[in-house]
Amino acid sequence: MKLNPGIKSWLLVALVAAFVSACASTQEEISAGGDGAPVDQSQSGSSGSVDGSSIGGSGAAATGLDGADGGDGTAIVDSGPMTAMELLEEPDSELANRIIYFEYDSAKLSSESIAILETHGNFIAGNGEVTVRLEGHGDERGSREYNIALGDRRAQSVRRVLLFQGASSDQVETVSYGEEKPMELGHDDAAWSKNRRVELIYTVN
Amino acid sequence: MQLTKPITYLFAVFMLVMVQSANAALTIDITEGVDGALPIAVVPFDTSSLTVKFPVDLAQIVASDLNRSGVLKAMGREQLPATPHYSKQVQYARWRNAGQDYLVVGRVLEKTPGLYTIEFQLLDVLKQKQLVGRSMPAKKRNLRSRAHQISDFIYEQITGSRGAFDTRIAFVRAQKDAARKYVLQVADTDGFNAQNVLESDEPIMSPSWSPDGKSLAYVSFESMRPEIFIQQLATARRTKVSGFRGINSAPSWSPDGKHLALVLSKDGSPDIYTMNTSTRRLKRLTEHRSIDTEPVWTQDGRAIIFTSDRSGSPQLYEVSVDGGRPKRLTFEGNYNAAANLSPDGRYIAMVHGDRGQYKIAQLDRETGNLIVLTDSSLDESPSFSPNGKMLLYASTRGNNGFLFAVSIDGRAKHKLSDQAGDIREPVWGPFESK
Repeated sequence: MKLNPGIKSWLLVALVAAFVSACASTQEEISAGGDGAPVDQSQSGSSGSVDGSSIGGSGAAATGLDGADGGDGTAIVDSGPMTAMELLEEPDSELANRIIYFEYDSAKLSSESIAILETHGNFIAGNGEVTVRLEGHGDERGSREYNIALGDRRAQSVRRVLLFQGASSDQVETVSYGEEKPMELGHDDAAWSKNRRVELIYTVN
Repeated sequence: MQLTKPITYLFAVFMLVMVQSANAALTIDITEGVDGALPIAVVPFDTSSLTVKFPVDLAQIVASDLNRSGVLKAMGREQLPATPHYSKQVQYARWRNAGQDYLVVGRVLEKTPGLYTIEFQLLDVLKQKQLVGRSMPAKKRNLRSRAHQISDFIYEQITGSRGAFDTRIAFVRAQKDAARKYVLQVADTDGFNAQNVLESDEPIMSPSWSPDGKSLAYVSFESMRPEIFIQQLATARRTKVSGFRGINSAPSWSPDGKHLALVLSKDGSPDIYTMNTSTRRLKRLTEHRSIDTEPVWTQDGRAIIFTSDRSGSPQLYEVSVDGGRPKRLTFEGNYNAAANLSPDGRYIAMVHGDRGQYKIAQLDRETGNLIVLTDSSLDESPSFSPNGKMLLYASTRGNNGFLFAVSIDGRAKHKLSDQAGDIREPVWGPFESK
């Protein structure tokens, strides 16, 4: 809870920085022309996940990404990275849910979590310039190394859903911090339930 | 009892990464007294012949050491009926009447400035005779170490077992200030003389002593992912030995110092591997979709004991270093993890979870009995002393972790507390050849 605003603002800074560099590199890539980067990117289906036809030109920039608000997607033309970022910055979007919680000694995803992760998976699949780092965590109970393994298992559960939705394995990185980076410092169920989590940390390249 | 004198001596042998001395000395609180411990009086050593004030209180260090063992109970200083410094000054009847079985007297002489001679005698009050007397040279920088050696002499003379006071411990301290730093430290067994081995903005975990006491293996997240390093303490030279994709964790030295056991998830779920530390060759010991972690070697180096949840909850298993089918070792309680073996191989200490409480327990491999040694709810990381008589562990109190020492019968518990930070993952180093 306490960390949340911090993470958000940090992410924002990172995103802005990423945007600046992404713009620069996009231009370079455009001028370099061609369709250098082959994979994923660009599709148009509003629900994402469709592996749409590749729009020529703008290499890695996932131009036509699902017009989350545009509806028909046609209005969005230039600067794909910005669109990805705008989506990530949209506070009411499902993409704003970037923490997935778990039960004790479990890496099982709730149906609500799966729904959230499907949205993320579609978004990642539709935006080749986006990478996500999945940071797995556990509560403080039990041994530290076991909790590292448990945090890893949770991150892997999340990763599987993202890949199933079409995210490329290159876009998804996992790391487990076990109980080393708690979000809440208390020693009760309320704190523990906040600490058993996977955080999705985006980078727009 | 509290020892709060700030410590300013540095062991020159440690040229550590960050050479700053951690002046936040650990302090010692007795949390539980022991019935049946042998009474001993340690009289303050005579330093009156010295020209400059002697910088440490040797008797105090010795008394604290002996108390921590749980086997001996040092008389409070204010209760001492007399303050003799030589055996011939001792009126045994007074000490017998004060209920003491043993008495320690001593003095410090200065040969040349900064070069001391410490002399002490251990006396048997009932037999009215000297059990042992020693004279040892000392320099300013090793005075605390000398005091721990005196404790070792006394402990061995009385119990017949080798003392482990003059050894070292390693642990991780997480600072709670704004710049949340993680510091790997090495200290004396009473927590004093803490020296930084590594400081990082990212977590440091799972320190493991090489059997010669000269190096530590540990996990560092400094590159935003876990990697295993080996670091020589004297030179601070370190080598990354494992940085595969996924988990690189839980390093543990083999008894011959030639291998590390470790956990890697590069091939899927976390599994146990061994690595030859010179060739870096890996050998995979487990292959299971469950969590396999926290490997430790049996004392003959022929098998590995580890934690696995293959049965549904974390339990301890044993597997040969040649591989094969692991054998389950623990059946009591729904959570048994973080094994640590006694030096003779008879006992396995572990984190034992039962009904939501996580305590330190000890399995006797000969009888199959499991004894719970601690009584709080968030205990972890048990580590045997090299003489097998005590266990060090970490326990959460409030928002901080503290180190505790418990005698292996569970009767004596002492807290090594701390003014700054959250201390965890203590590991007791080996006996070292001096």
